[in-house]
Amino acid sequence: MSASKKKTSVTPLFDGAEWDFDKVNNSFQAIQKIALEELGLDVYPTQIEVITSEQMLDAYSSVGMPLMYNHWSFGKSFLHDEARYRKGQSGLAYEIVINSNPCICYIMEENSMTMQALVMAHAAFGHNHFFKNNHLFKQWTDANAILDYLQFARNYITKCEQRHGQKEVEKILDSAHALQGQGIDKFTRRQKLDVAALRQIELERAEYERSQYSELWRTLPETTSKNTGEIDLIEQELARKLGLPESNLLYFLEKHSPVLDNWQREILRIVRSVAQYFYPQRQTKMMNEGCACFVHHTIMNRLYDSGQITEGCMLEFIDFHTRVIAQPDFDSPYFSGINPYALGFAMMKDIERICENPTDEDREWFPAIAGNNQPMKTLREAWENFRDESFILQYLSPHLIREFRLFNLKDDTTKPHFLVDAIHNERGYKTVRSALAAQYSVASLDLDIQVTNVDLHGNRSMILSHNITNGMTLEEKQARQVIAHIRRLWGYDVSLNSREPDSGKIVKTYTE
Amino acid sequence: MMHIIDRRLNPKGKSLSNRQRFLDRAKKQIKKAVDDAIKGRKITNSEGGERIKIPADGLHEPHFSGDMTKGNRNRVMPGNKDFVPGDKIKRPPPQGAGQGGREGAEDGEGEDSFQFSLTRDEFLDIFFEDMALPDFIKKSIRQEVVHDYQRAGYNRQGSPSNLNLKLTMRNSLARRLCLHRPRDEEIEQLEEQIAALREKTTPSAAEQEELQALLEQLEKKQRRRRVVPYIDPLDVRYTSFTEVEKPNTHAVMFCLMDVSGSMGETHKELAKRFFMLLHLFLIRQYTKVDVIFIRHTHLASEVDEETFFHSRETGGTIVSTALEVMQQIIKDRYPAEDWNIYAAQASDGDNLNSDNARCQQILTEELLPLCQYFAYVEVWDTHEAEMFPDDSNVTRLWQTYDLIRQSHHNFAVKKVTRPEDIFPVLHDLFAKDKSREEA
Repeated sequence: MSASKKKTSVTPLFDGAEWDFDKVNNSFQAIQKIALEELGLDVYPTQIEVITSEQMLDAYSSVGMPLMYNHWSFGKSFLHDEARYRKGQSGLAYEIVINSNPCICYIMEENSMTMQALVMAHAAFGHNHFFKNNHLFKQWTDANAILDYLQFARNYITKCEQRHGQKEVEKILDSAHALQGQGIDKFTRRQKLDVAALRQIELERAEYERSQYSELWRTLPETTSKNTGEIDLIEQELARKLGLPESNLLYFLEKHSPVLDNWQREILRIVRSVAQYFYPQRQTKMMNEGCACFVHHTIMNRLYDSGQITEGCMLEFIDFHTRVIAQPDFDSPYFSGINPYALGFAMMKDIERICENPTDEDREWFPAIAGNNQPMKTLREAWENFRDESFILQYLSPHLIREFRLFNLKDDTTKPHFLVDAIHNERGYKTVRSALAAQYSVASLDLDIQVTNVDLHGNRSMILSHNITNGMTLEEKQARQVIAHIRRLWGYDVSLNSREPDSGKIVKTYTE
Repeated sequence: MMHIIDRRLNPKGKSLSNRQRFLDRAKKQIKKAVDDAIKGRKITNSEGGERIKIPADGLHEPHFSGDMTKGNRNRVMPGNKDFVPGDKIKRPPPQGAGQGGREGAEDGEGEDSFQFSLTRDEFLDIFFEDMALPDFIKKSIRQEVVHDYQRAGYNRQGSPSNLNLKLTMRNSLARRLCLHRPRDEEIEQLEEQIAALREKTTPSAAEQEELQALLEQLEKKQRRRRVVPYIDPLDVRYTSFTEVEKPNTHAVMFCLMDVSGSMGETHKELAKRFFMLLHLFLIRQYTKVDVIFIRHTHLASEVDEETFFHSRETGGTIVSTALEVMQQIIKDRYPAEDWNIYAAQASDGDNLNSDNARCQQILTEELLPLCQYFAYVEVWDTHEAEMFPDDSNVTRLWQTYDLIRQSHHNFAVKKVTRPEDIFPVLHDLFAKDKSREEA
């Protein structure tokens, strides 16, 4: 079937750059048809919201969420983004998509109709499918409740400001924000947020905690009469009760700080919940973008093949798509790390290729999927069951390593030279692959800092331990500032020890 | 299933409140930095419109982060050209461009990553934030109207000097194209052809016919060129200006200073700072501020700024002479109906005893009714201030002036011993609260 013939049989969905609501609606239906029937995607219902560039800047400043509690740091990022945008140093995103049910997609009014179609395919189906199906999102976030929860958080914090003053609330939020990275449950299942029960829980928690704290106020004379063995036992019992060691510092402070009021604890909880909500996004950035790019690329091509979009539109799309998935070389002035869009998209396309046209090498490396001729099923399984780290370990092929010409640079800061230890050859594939995967691992994304000891019988000081990974100690100035924030929340002295992972030897101690 | 919602009409400025919170927070830092900058030095510099950068110290949001200069790590990078395993690459210098530098900047979020640049105007606005002209002065700020010209589009009429060439030529071109005015080249081409044909000694009949046709064509085209001129009055446009009225306010500031031998360099330095601040303050309030420098010993004269601050004089001290000169200058050049008159007098308090009464008379009867504000600062060096810590031991001039102050709202007296005192003094003189009390 020739191109001209197709055009006579199917009228294009739109022509030219202008968009209107009918065109958007029709395109959405056409895209949806392909997404659900051909790609077999499973998505939340979509809510498309058209916004102006100014509103986009607003959305930026509230970490992309449609509503957020008030804090000066959001104003700071707003001014920062605005200044950059006005100077032309950075453009604005074409869309923002929110992991909620219904899935909210913001699209900008400045976009051309081609861009609106692309953005819908990318966000409303690509990201949306990923949010709904990836195991991390399923386990850690609750798309049904997030908007209600943010509404609750916003109201609660406004209420606190009215009751306790903006300054007091700001102090707590400042301190809590400093610990955002340490406010995440990394290894346990997250409880679902039930808005209806929140108020009740809040009251119950207050009562429960009051009973918990009696332990903290145990006076010294009681313990001095006991022998050391008994004290050790008591200490162990306490540590058990307090759940030490605890890597979620915000959780620990919320539950056990001797100086915080109930409303302050609730604020810590809010910050913790929001941080937790974003946690899966950090671990799946590359896959998530890869999935969305793959989906929009496939859908746009299908639309073109069936004559539903014009050649001009296709050209515009290709131009845009090429720029998004560009990966500058390491020695290019534009290089700023590996572009998650580029790697993600390339990996998805590569999996499709392995499923459909495997080489002997692919058969050797990926016996389970090579030549199975079910690319979409394979991809959907991958999107569901992996995170960036494991996805790379599982699916990064020698073919792609060669295509990206990846190499691994060993950077030992004690030596004057970087060392190239693996390149895209037979001996290097596995090293490169595991090194790249390690860059996306939890261990390299997050520092391992835990509350290990609280001296409840003495001066109530808190001791944190940082398990050093890759020999990297903490940046001292910031560490001191954060410790000052922890001290504000804990009320008593706080110190942090950086330890060797194997020997447990203390390398460095940080105090306020 | 999907909904489309048009959010474009939603109220703007969702982040306005966060923005305001941030500015409030930043304001403390800016204010502090500005005050610090003033204390030690550079009042003279702020005249020059320099930019002051304020590191956003308390605006930094700290978080635990790894020290990128320590430890060892793997970095997988794309685009290998000719590296083979075992190659060593020299580490780039920490601050320079290249891999190491960039990574460091991303992770280590430097303290100066978020800076404000204050222009001189902003700087002064903040500097004078909690000062204001006393209300009773504001009441009498003269709203003098001046005329100014503003661009106002284009016009068909105007003076030749305002001819807008670009627009005129654009109109002309469009008209010529529409009316098919023959171009120069076409005419030239025709003339060449005609000339070529004419040169032939024995033209054939066909050629003669062609010549005839060409001549007719030429004639037609030339007629058309005359009818459709290159530039028609229709094309001409003038840039238009319109007269607007702008309020204008003028002020004159008199600086009076005792330059007799008893005034040391430190005294003068202090006085200078005071004048400087007052001047900065006035130029915030008025579009035009004249400054008159009057120095005096036992004689007074009007001088330029350089002489005022730097030349040395000897002689006794008669304050009233300066007041007389000021009075004369007001009469000659600055009629009180047209000018807001401010005066600042600096002295170490020495005066010929018999002159104090005269000063009082001139001030209360002549000058104070004309002036918006008259401020007197008495500069003492620290040594003197230590010797006479309490206010009981004051100079005669101070006693006299203090009497005047009690009966006149627009008169103020203050004592200054160190540079740090200057700002509070000015602050007190013009403090908002004070004006409210007295108004």
